Amino acid sequence: MSNYRINKTDFVDQTSRISFKFDGKTYFGYKGDTLASALLSNGIHLLGRSFKYHRPRGIMSCGSEEPNAICQINDETELSEPNVRATEIELYEGLEVSAQNCWPSVNFDIGGINNFISPFIPAGFYYKTFMWPKSFWKNIYEPLIRKSAGLGKSPTKPDPEIYDHKHVHCDVLVIGGGISGIMSAKLAAQKNLNTILVDDKNTLGGSTIIQENEDFKINNEISKDWLIKEIKELQKLDNLTIKTRTSIAAFHSYNYLLAKENLTDHLPKDKKNNSIRQRLWKIRAKKVVIAAGSIERPLVFNNNDRPGIFLANSINKYLNFYGVSCGLNNFIFTNNDSAYETAISLFEKGISVNMIDIRKKATSNIVKQAEKLGIKIYWNSTVTNTFGYRKINSIEIMKLSDDGSNVMGDKIKINCDCLGISGGWTPMVHMHTQSGGKLNFRENDQVFLPKDGYPNQISVGSCNGDFELDEIIKNTNRNIKIYLDIKNTDYDNLDISCSKEVEKRNIWLLPNYLPIGKTKSFVDFQNDSTAKDIKLALREGFRSIEHVKRYTTTGMATDQGKLSNMHALGIIAETAGVKMGTLGTTTFRPPFTPLTFGAIVGRNVGRFFDITRKTPMHEWHLDNNAEFENVGQWKRAWFYPKNNEDMHKAVQRESKAARESAGILDASTLGKIDIQGTDASEFLNRVYTNAWSKLAIGKCRYGLMLNEDGMVYDDGVTTRLGENHYLMTTTTGGAANVLSKLEDYLQTEWPELDVYMTSVTDHYATASVCGPNSKKILIKLFPDLKFDDENFPHMSFQKAYLDKIECRIMRISFTGEQSYEININSKYGKSLWEKCIDAGKEFDITPYGTETMHLLRAEKGFIIVGQDTDGTMTPVDLQMDWIVSKKKYDFIGKRSLYRSDTIRDDRKQLVGLLTDDPNEVLEEGAQIVADINKKPIDMLGHVTSSYYSPNLKKSIALAVVRSGKKMKGQKLIVPMENKNINVTVSDFIFLDKENSKLNA
Amino acid sequence: MFVINCPYCGERDQSEFNSGGEAHIIRPKQPTELSDDEWAEFLFMRKNIKGIQFERWNHTHGCRKWFNVVRDTTNDQIHAVYKMGEKPPKDY
Ligand SMILES: [Zn+2]
Repeated sequence: MSNYRINKTDFVDQTSRISFKFDGKTYFGYKGDTLASALLSNGIHLLGRSFKYHRPRGIMSCGSEEPNAICQINDETELSEPNVRATEIELYEGLEVSAQNCWPSVNFDIGGINNFISPFIPAGFYYKTFMWPKSFWKNIYEPLIRKSAGLGKSPTKPDPEIYDHKHVHCDVLVIGGGISGIMSAKLAAQKNLNTILVDDKNTLGGSTIIQENEDFKINNEISKDWLIKEIKELQKLDNLTIKTRTSIAAFHSYNYLLAKENLTDHLPKDKKNNSIRQRLWKIRAKKVVIAAGSIERPLVFNNNDRPGIFLANSINKYLNFYGVSCGLNNFIFTNNDSAYETAISLFEKGISVNMIDIRKKATSNIVKQAEKLGIKIYWNSTVTNTFGYRKINSIEIMKLSDDGSNVMGDKIKINCDCLGISGGWTPMVHMHTQSGGKLNFRENDQVFLPKDGYPNQISVGSCNGDFELDEIIKNTNRNIKIYLDIKNTDYDNLDISCSKEVEKRNIWLLPNYLPIGKTKSFVDFQNDSTAKDIKLALREGFRSIEHVKRYTTTGMATDQGKLSNMHALGIIAETAGVKMGTLGTTTFRPPFTPLTFGAIVGRNVGRFFDITRKTPMHEWHLDNNAEFENVGQWKRAWFYPKNNEDMHKAVQRESKAARESAGILDASTLGKIDIQGTDASEFLNRVYTNAWSKLAIGKCRYGLMLNEDGMVYDDGVTTRLGENHYLMTTTTGGAANVLSKLEDYLQTEWPELDVYMTSVTDHYATASVCGPNSKKILIKLFPDLKFDDENFPHMSFQKAYLDKIECRIMRISFTGEQSYEININSKYGKSLWEKCIDAGKEFDITPYGTETMHLLRAEKGFIIVGQDTDGTMTPVDLQMDWIVSKKKYDFIGKRSLYRSDTIRDDRKQLVGLLTDDPNEVLEEGAQIVADINKKPIDMLGHVTSSYYSPNLKKSIALAVVRSGKKMKGQKLIVPMENKNINVTVSDFIFLDKENSKLNA
Repeated sequence: MFVINCPYCGERDQSEFNSGGEAHIIRPKQPTELSDDEWAEFLFMRKNIKGIQFERWNHTHGCRKWFNVVRDTTNDQIHAVYKMGEKPPKDY
């Protein structure tokens, strides 16, 4: 095997050898290599198969724009990662890589047959072909497409790596460590601004770091040498943080940026352990300098996708940066001057190189230099074909017609092992547009450029359309001086000499003697879309770039069309005969390069995925075998299974105990809002539907809160603790929203009211003791308190002490049983709970969870807001007219209760349902109908709550049914998958309608 | 993500705030006097402007105060913030 490492460089340490595996075979590279440069040094070009036609594909570029060289790393291990660009991954000891999208192997791939049947796979093929018959989709088409069109394999095991998030604020963020970014960062830091410079590579320097041509000098030094000195100076600056291996993923409004820093991806396998792999920086910058550079454009011609075809400047980078020659017999095919630097680099290292230029001539210094060296240049010519299946072995060249629309003369076929292509440069305006910036089109060299004037960000260097060295330096210096308000800089009087491009010629789709249908001129390499596909889309009537993009899938692969978007636009413009600038561009959406899920979620995985709120009694529930349910962020005890009971059995036992002797519920999660102020009573009058001014101190009242549209919003019991002091309870899930809504009214509608509110949900723990024996337990706990109905009636409150700790006891009931809610400072919550359990032992006090609570309240016909209501239920719909004050002039939602829509009597209304078979329990959410034979079936409503009641020994359900109020006794049907269940509409209070148990 | 200059606390990240929709919609003092149409106008109708919009924001995870914001909905630039009950600092 030949060795293509022909050059020693400053950037690759040829004393430190690294072994790695590609498709099972071991190879060697050096420290500083990327996977791509290491493979190329071993003469390996073929890296994978293309997406649609399974054509052999090789490395094409040297950066994040790479469309072809994507591979699977560490396959079959927990560190497996698909779609990794070989040009971006730094080589490390132990790296294992496999080619993607090929089976059984990259050299012999069965899907390659698609290449030969490709006339039958035009644009929109999948849309058109697999439409019919519909039944074929699930079992035949989809598995077939998935198998042959896979891009890598998702890992199947949990990711063991650690990821991190960090927030940072800075004065100036500079994106890109090329020459303009380096200058900007230096100027900012010298101005005493806290500056961050990020670059996605492991070293700074951009493309100037490989510019070794004597035609490019700064103060009489080769530009590369000048830049290396600048970088050294930069590293001494105090106010500057340099972050390499860090790529900006997203640029949001107000200069909020996400940057992904790679911390361990380049380290040998045995040194990665237990350290953070990637960190997502969340950067808020006062000012942003975008110096993102530009990407070289390919040329679009027949068979322009073979392994061995590179972007011209990438060949230069492999040579000057990595010391690797991509080929030994090179042709460089260009429409501009920049590719001549590559040719001269190759020539000076003794490697054979020829030029093909679509221009008729060029008179710049660099071209003259090439001519003087004796490099052969084919002027006014184009490549019409390439040959070589697994790697390019020859090309075919023809002369261009005068207007460039056709080819003429003889076909010249020449051998080569590497073809560089250069179609000019595309400024990386992604960051600018992501942040909300708009673009201008520059006709001269057909580039989109940032429109200036966007606040607090600026683009400099080639991403702003400056491609010549002197322009880059002068304009960057001038613009940064204005932007950061700097008087004089080190760069003011630099002496810059550089070759200047004079002649320009651009042809988006190069002509061929073959009809377009017989050519394979790739525009999007990764998604295999060709110029033919784009033309077909136009013929079929697509005009908008966004439509053509989706129809042909151009620009929709993981590289997001970094190389293809401009050509797609150009070909559309040429074909449709419109100006390219008028077409606009597709939207550049974040992330700029793919982000790992790990980096996105950071440390918020497993039990840190979301905040978990636990009550002070949580440990006791755990110790007593509770199952939990999530209510918002709260963990609530759901039921307490004994001796392997299932939920049903546990709930039957718990609810029977609560009714027959005593039960205890952890009610700490209920929202609690402390309300104070001289207008507190008036405030409650306005927010609840019922009257509050006459509630005596020490009394409790149930309240219903509506939205302004009249729909039930929340409910709960509020206690008057003092003349100007109330404690409001809300539903567990509604606590935060209720407080927010009340603050809204207080601050914006009724600022004249003297009322103050604060959330005290977490300040108190609440144990709710209920059942016929609850009073006896409370007497044991609070021997000094009088519990008779006269002194402590239902719906009242008493202050009491439990071992000197103050408690608030409310005698209120959500079960229909006599019941006491004891509130205590949450620090003592667990102790209170244990004392209740202790005191209740002789009555066999039974802890019950939320499921039993729901059953008990359903037996009593109490609604749960959010379960029996859904934001479309008025109090009247809920048959709770009794709680709506007729006397009050106004309260939130009152006016809406007699809108034409809310007074309809055929609205859905709350009813009870009893199944004809008392053992049949309905499913919550099940639909309710009257006539099963009518088509279409008329849906009358649905079941909202449903349980088997052990106390009533039958199935009970709450439901909302259209005109339900008038239907009592009527037979209805609940149709299920296998059967129809017969039900009868009933009262929705199933137990103790007279409230005899409350005052027993 | 915006930076919002709370008139009580200063500049804070948008994640601390909640938006409360269009500003300067006054709840009628005598709802009972209103026809269905007049009440619906207050209850449902919003301008949803493309351009300069006056809106309410709440510093939910901060001082809990409501205040007004003048925002250009086409580019999210905030032109002014001012307290409840105050008028915008100038005409837009
Ligand atoms: Zn604030």
